[in-house]
Amino acid sequence: MNAATPRVAIDIGGTFTDVVLMLGERRFSAKILTSYSDPADAVMVGLARVTAAAELAPAAIGLVLHGTTLATNALIERRGAVTALITTAGHRDALEMALENRFDQYDLAIDRPTPLVPRALRLTVPERLDMAGNVRLPLDEAAVQALVPVLRAAGVESLAIGFLHAYANPAHERRAAELLARACPDLSLSLSSAVCPEIREYERLSTTCANAYVKPQMARYLESLEQQLRTAGYGAPLLLMTSAGGLTDLATARAFPIRLVESGPAGGAILASHLARTHGLDRVLSFDMGGTTAKICLIDDGKPLLSRAFEVGRVYRFRKGSGLPVRIPVIEMVEIGAGGGSIARVDRLQRVQVGPESAASEPGPACYGRGGVEPTVTDADLVLGHLPEEWFAGGTLVPDRMAAARAIAERVAAPLGVDVSEGADAIVSVVEENMAAAARAHASEWGAELASRTLIAFGGAGPLHAAALARILGIDRIVIPAEAGVGSAVGFLLAPVRFDVVRTRYQRLGELDVDAVGSVFADMWNEAAAVQRLAAPDPATWRAQRRAAMRYVGQGHELGIELAPTLFATTAPSLDRAAWQTELRAAFVREYQRLYGREIPGLDVEVLSWTLSLVAEAPRTGPGSALSANADSANRPLMAAHGDHAPELRLLRREALAVDHHYPGPLLIADGQTTVVVPTEFSARAGRDGHLWLERQSVVVSGPESRT
Amino acid sequence: MTNRSRSSVLTTQLIWDRLLAIVEEQAQTLMRTAFSTVVREAGDLSAGVFDTRGRMLAQAVTGTPGHVNAMAAAVPKFLALYPLDRLRPGDVLVTNDPWIGTGHLNDFTVVSPVFHRNRIVALFASTSHIADVGGRGFGADAGDVYEEGLRIPVCHLFREGERDETLMRLVMANVRDPSTAEGDLHSLAACNHAGARALVTLLAAFDLDQLDPIGAEILTRSRAGMRDAIAALPPGTWRHAMAIDGYDAPLELRCAVTIDHDRIHVDFAGSAPASRFGINVPIAYTEAYASFAVRCLVGSDIPNNAGSLAAITVTAPPDSILDARHPRAVSARHAVGQMLPDLVFGCLDQALPGRVPAEGASCIWNPVFRSVPGARTPFVTNPIFNGGTGARPGKDGLSTTAFPSGVRTTPTEINEVTAPLIVWRKEYRIDSAGPGALRGGLGQVIEVGHRDDEAFLVAKMFDRVLHAPQGRQGGRAGQPGVVRLDSGLALRGKGLDEVPAGARLVLETPGGGGMGSPAARDRAVLERDVVAGLVSPTAARDDYEDA
Repeated sequence: MNAATPRVAIDIGGTFTDVVLMLGERRFSAKILTSYSDPADAVMVGLARVTAAAELAPAAIGLVLHGTTLATNALIERRGAVTALITTAGHRDALEMALENRFDQYDLAIDRPTPLVPRALRLTVPERLDMAGNVRLPLDEAAVQALVPVLRAAGVESLAIGFLHAYANPAHERRAAELLARACPDLSLSLSSAVCPEIREYERLSTTCANAYVKPQMARYLESLEQQLRTAGYGAPLLLMTSAGGLTDLATARAFPIRLVESGPAGGAILASHLARTHGLDRVLSFDMGGTTAKICLIDDGKPLLSRAFEVGRVYRFRKGSGLPVRIPVIEMVEIGAGGGSIARVDRLQRVQVGPESAASEPGPACYGRGGVEPTVTDADLVLGHLPEEWFAGGTLVPDRMAAARAIAERVAAPLGVDVSEGADAIVSVVEENMAAAARAHASEWGAELASRTLIAFGGAGPLHAAALARILGIDRIVIPAEAGVGSAVGFLLAPVRFDVVRTRYQRLGELDVDAVGSVFADMWNEAAAVQRLAAPDPATWRAQRRAAMRYVGQGHELGIELAPTLFATTAPSLDRAAWQTELRAAFVREYQRLYGREIPGLDVEVLSWTLSLVAEAPRTGPGSALSANADSANRPLMAAHGDHAPELRLLRREALAVDHHYPGPLLIADGQTTVVVPTEFSARAGRDGHLWLERQSVVVSGPESRT
Repeated sequence: MTNRSRSSVLTTQLIWDRLLAIVEEQAQTLMRTAFSTVVREAGDLSAGVFDTRGRMLAQAVTGTPGHVNAMAAAVPKFLALYPLDRLRPGDVLVTNDPWIGTGHLNDFTVVSPVFHRNRIVALFASTSHIADVGGRGFGADAGDVYEEGLRIPVCHLFREGERDETLMRLVMANVRDPSTAEGDLHSLAACNHAGARALVTLLAAFDLDQLDPIGAEILTRSRAGMRDAIAALPPGTWRHAMAIDGYDAPLELRCAVTIDHDRIHVDFAGSAPASRFGINVPIAYTEAYASFAVRCLVGSDIPNNAGSLAAITVTAPPDSILDARHPRAVSARHAVGQMLPDLVFGCLDQALPGRVPAEGASCIWNPVFRSVPGARTPFVTNPIFNGGTGARPGKDGLSTTAFPSGVRTTPTEINEVTAPLIVWRKEYRIDSAGPGALRGGLGQVIEVGHRDDEAFLVAKMFDRVLHAPQGRQGGRAGQPGVVRLDSGLALRGKGLDEVPAGARLVLETPGGGGMGSPAARDRAVLERDVVAGLVSPTAARDDYEDA
């Protein structure tokens, strides 16, 4: 496939379905309301629109790429299948007892997340493995058979099987699955040893149950989509976007739909990664701020940070521990309750608090005039004159500036004893501080520096607050990508085909069994290659990344250490043990020192799990970026901002900027749906490729409080 | 930003917010670099930043209340011994003295000064539980603190960046798991270092020479916030008494809570004298859990610092079980200290009827499992299990959840990797919840044996085996805890016992107390509990229908 082959990306979100067709450097996009009864319907409408606009026949499309939040929404809204869990006798409640902790120390009224499988459907059978995978108690097959009528009576559609230590030996899970599949051929099955073969039973069971919970629904949807595509004449391969920012095939997506859960946000991170690569930005912070939340992601050497820990549906102020843990390969990002709709108030210590509560779209910010009386970040942006009224919400709404000012006066300015513009500044400053704090905590967790990075900002509210965030973090350069509104779908077009396999196989470095590790990697290669071939047939295009989760013996948190390709230079597993030991230890100590500034000499290192990723890069999209301005927003009239409290600010239209000309701040650049705020010490420059660059004019800056 | 002006009120808030973020970072660093299971998996730790007078300005919410407030009291004691003019850049101080730090020898508190523009601007402190400190091992059996292990007076862990090798060798020669202890001491120093680095960056960004003036403002505003919160409460004194298991004999604890327009005083006069065994509580730990209980109900949204903590004062009779003096044995001080919130709630329930939860299991059940001398696979591990919390205003209690402690449990699979044990059973204990219109949370049943059927030891520090968690307002008591062998042989709730070869140990943790009459429980909700198997049909009839 080359860059000229037409490709299509589909992003199904909670509200809209975006379809983007890329043909060389031309792009055609459509935004359709998501069709809930069968989401494939909206996809087909969108496809028909973009192919018609491009004057292409369905058969001419070479590849269909697809990401969706359908699985996430099913989990959050609890609209999944009737799901049961079979686990080891004596451990029926592991899924609900979780970590036995409270995610808030002082709030007596917290509720822990409700498990996806209620107790009545958590069934057990006698069997037991030990930590090495040895059988301590054989599987009671009669007990498994005896569950068949129970499952039938309860109308169970989907079954999770999760036995203790199954990551070390899947035999019992597989045998139980075999027996049940024979008796109930229609039952959808998810095995913990396949979905999430990792130690820590709560997280593994939670992940397996989440997979089971969404599996029938996702299978139905994917089947319908495949069917409709075929009927309409689309013969191209269909690949699914994963939470790890890679693409995977339909069969894998059907078996492990949980791996698709964060694919939307992943698309944004992929877009930022692509920009980083094509512009030679080796240290990037991507910043996606929308109406309700902000998502922040570290991108090093053009690759987003990956991890295996994620929580779906944090119900309590986005607090860690208040959601359902899911352990899958995921692009590591931090999400906080900071968006345009975040509500501001003053607490009893005279502290301005912003979010995580959001006015959402109903009633929306006070300035929407839909009955919202609480001031939001958007209201503050408006009062500060950063949102030109004529351009508000893409011109679909005339904002009520008086309502915004009133809300801020009553709820923030009066309690603080300041005027409205100071109140608005406080709201904006606090939300920016919150985001900066989240970025810092994230960076420190991963041992990353922030000051040397380039900020890539998108999302409806991102460009408004990017410069302030950069200033707090000491960042000198910002990129606002062209047309970031359909960023996720565009990101899909840029994603590599990628498949990850992980195996828990405990090893102490001092007693490393190189043959065992070699055969683990050989097994993983076979599994990954089988999938990879479907999406990227030529193995010559594959790149392998191998990682080990390592720690000092006795520590609780592992570091993901990339293994040098030289260790795998020989094909046979006749490997040099001493070379492995030296290389692994050195790589671990290097990373440990980078993160924590010290090493602990003489202490042995252990490996908990091994990961193999096969990656085939997406076809090149031609020189630079193929992004172009959204034709829809190009011809809106431009007027100066005005209003009682809004001082005059120079307002430029993004499409009208001369390429490579420097526009010194302070000024505003209107950009279709939002505005780019360029403060005094920054200047703006439009690149040839449509991206906007904000650069700090002088390196020497004083404290953050000396604002213009 | 463009067109934006900034008030000094806001500047203080921004710095305050950043301090709160910095101490969270500090706590995360501690957790990620720690070796002891109870720190890294369970979160038995705390972290905070202090002004140059040793007053706590901010403290991580990650961690556990027993450390939190107690650590706040520790730093001034460090400074009394090592005034600022004796500290150099790169110095790191340490102690595990129960009467300076957080109440038992296992907790090591590390304090590091922060230098900025050539002078000390703040101090960072952190505390974590180190698995073993020698002596008899973590448990309640010692007769005095000398039997409980190695005690380190306040001294240098690092001197101008150089590790004190004499101290380190002394520690490693006296504990059962020296490499873990070494690693954990490093992780304490590392997290303070991370905090210090972030603070210096913050001061530079705001072009500040010192933190103290803003710190003073933080404390003043916090104190004022607490004053307002307390002023909204009815003034008066309320008393309550509660019996708990004790070590060899039940103990009576007494409490009087006085709400006095802008402060709250908690007095434990009349409580039992100090015990001959290791369940005594140094006053700092008593203060920690007593004030934690008050803060759950009053001003819980105000960040913890010296200003907000000053609004609550705590006293107990000298050398009573709640103000034990040197050289009393204190290793298992949590077994009594964690019962204090129930006692304080008993007083506050009279002042604030309907706003206070019923009694819960309260003290964590954290058996120390150890190999017998000469075992083929030597091990020591200290998992944490929890009972149910009391029913809450408007809500059932939480099942198997730590309260008041802030720790997490350790996964069964991790416990089985750490030690040659098999947890055959770990699930809800049916009918353990105290019945009520709102029921308590359920306890759990744990059944554990040696992987190779060898004998092993268990050190127990459990409470509410003899004294069940009581309900409120007509709610009934939860089931008391049970400790036994699978043969049925009952064991004591405290002390060291051997589980014989081939036998299994069974722990049944207490259920929380109920609230309101069981007859008033919503029938649909009761039916839901029966379907889920949390309440048996028999209990549904006996405890609810016939109530």
